[in-house]
Amino acid sequence: MKNIEEIRADFPILSRKVYGKPLVYFDNGATTQKPQCVIDALNDVYTSYNGNIHRGVHFLSDMSSEGYENARETVRSFINAGKKEEVIFTSGATGSINGIAFSFGERYINPGDEIILSYLEHHANIVPWQMLCERKGAVLRIIPVNELGEIIFEEYLKLLSSKTRLVSVAQASNALGTILPIKEIISAAHSVNVPVLIDGAQGIQHGIVDMNSLDCDFYVFSGHKIYGPNGIGVLYGKEKWLSELPPFQGGGDMVDKVTFEKTTYNQLPFKFEAGTMNYPGAIALATALEYVTSIGRENIALRENELLTYATDRLSAINGLKIFGNSSRKISTISFLLKDIHQYDTGMILDKMGIAVRAGTHCAQPVMQSYGIEGTVRASMCFYNTKEEIDSLASGLEKVKSMII
Amino acid sequence: MTINEVQDIIIADFASFEDWMDKYNVLIDMGKELPVIDPKFKTRDFLIEGCQSKVWLHPDFNGKTITFTADSDAIITRGIVALLVKVLSDRTPEEIMSADLYFIDKIGLRQNLSPTRSNGLLSMVRQMKLYAMAFNAIKKQE
Repeated sequence: MKNIEEIRADFPILSRKVYGKPLVYFDNGATTQKPQCVIDALNDVYTSYNGNIHRGVHFLSDMSSEGYENARETVRSFINAGKKEEVIFTSGATGSINGIAFSFGERYINPGDEIILSYLEHHANIVPWQMLCERKGAVLRIIPVNELGEIIFEEYLKLLSSKTRLVSVAQASNALGTILPIKEIISAAHSVNVPVLIDGAQGIQHGIVDMNSLDCDFYVFSGHKIYGPNGIGVLYGKEKWLSELPPFQGGGDMVDKVTFEKTTYNQLPFKFEAGTMNYPGAIALATALEYVTSIGRENIALRENELLTYATDRLSAINGLKIFGNSSRKISTISFLLKDIHQYDTGMILDKMGIAVRAGTHCAQPVMQSYGIEGTVRASMCFYNTKEEIDSLASGLEKVKSMII
Repeated sequence: MTINEVQDIIIADFASFEDWMDKYNVLIDMGKELPVIDPKFKTRDFLIEGCQSKVWLHPDFNGKTITFTADSDAIITRGIVALLVKVLSDRTPEEIMSADLYFIDKIGLRQNLSPTRSNGLLSMVRQMKLYAMAFNAIKKQE
């Protein structure tokens, strides 16, 4: 594995300064930074072979189409999906969930049906289902969490019933870092013939995700959270579902024959890819996934786990600091409050020291409500972060305390 | 002192600080001096929309000038509110409505607060001006 200096050198932004201080980037849960190879890939499309995909009779279009379809294969292989046709490009995890909420809802949801979510979901995995419930008269059932920030599995089992049509849960909580027992969640749902969507927005970048062994029905993630560009994401769906579901958007490229009386749809995966897709994004996402593979996903998981342990120890030692989310299985994200200091005060002062964290509800208001708090400070780390940066955060927090209290 | 004279004093005060920590220390101290809002006004009605931290602002009109009291659950925000109160409180509605608050840019608050914060600051200013317009309308009716 590359050493940490080599890894950091791959990410040009990490060497910049902010307010004259070296940047400490701990907001990877919101978006990750990009290695030079991803920036180059995006640049290369526009510099060398930009042409609209699947339409042209010309050289550039062919080259872009080929790059785009190769990217689909890279994603397929990265998540170990059975077929390329099961990989749909979208705008991101939010776009993917909204799409499925619409299509699945149109096809399968009737009044009184139930959809199970957990208390740990971020808004992208809550609001689309609420909109569906309003359209169709369905009901949301929510898996509660314990004081460690873990879902209570027995309660989940109780919620599964003959009314359940779908379970949609995060692989990991963006607000607390808790890793959910998705394999067990999927098996339990499948035992009563209920399909499962896994929101991998906070999962895929932290370790190996394998569609074949996971056996989920849908899996979604965003490119920008796994070192890829913004505005591209993935919806994986088992072929049996995708061929049954109606498209969630209409437009060019997703059609077979169009007359004003009746349109027939193109085959998978194009049925779900209406209009001009973000092919430069898809191509650069593939580069990002190849980069992650070259570092090694086991290596990434190990390194991030080390950072989590170190940061948990360092931060817990700060008098008055309380960590929210204390599961033994977490991604490298720590959510905390410093005494009764408002999360924005902490975040703003850290910012002026060059330390980027998130302060607020992390687009997951229900889980904050379950702790009776208005928000937290969140430090979300990834494999390019260092123990020295965690030391900077710890001393920054001591400084915040001395300024405010 | 006119609104602009108060603004100029604030600009001069902040000009002596190069380091953001010093500016924040001043804001934190200012926050402590903010005329405290009566707890009975810390309700939804007096909460300003558009701020990520909570800001309550209460106007009191004596027929001539408006006195603002305020509070926030975040201490740096409270300092920012205190600055606005210092500039705009105990002024006539006309003065508040026509005030050009150039000090916000000059002391670097607009550029250096995060965009949502910046919106929060603008929401506070907008709310103060809306109160001034409302009281001005009432005054005219009378």
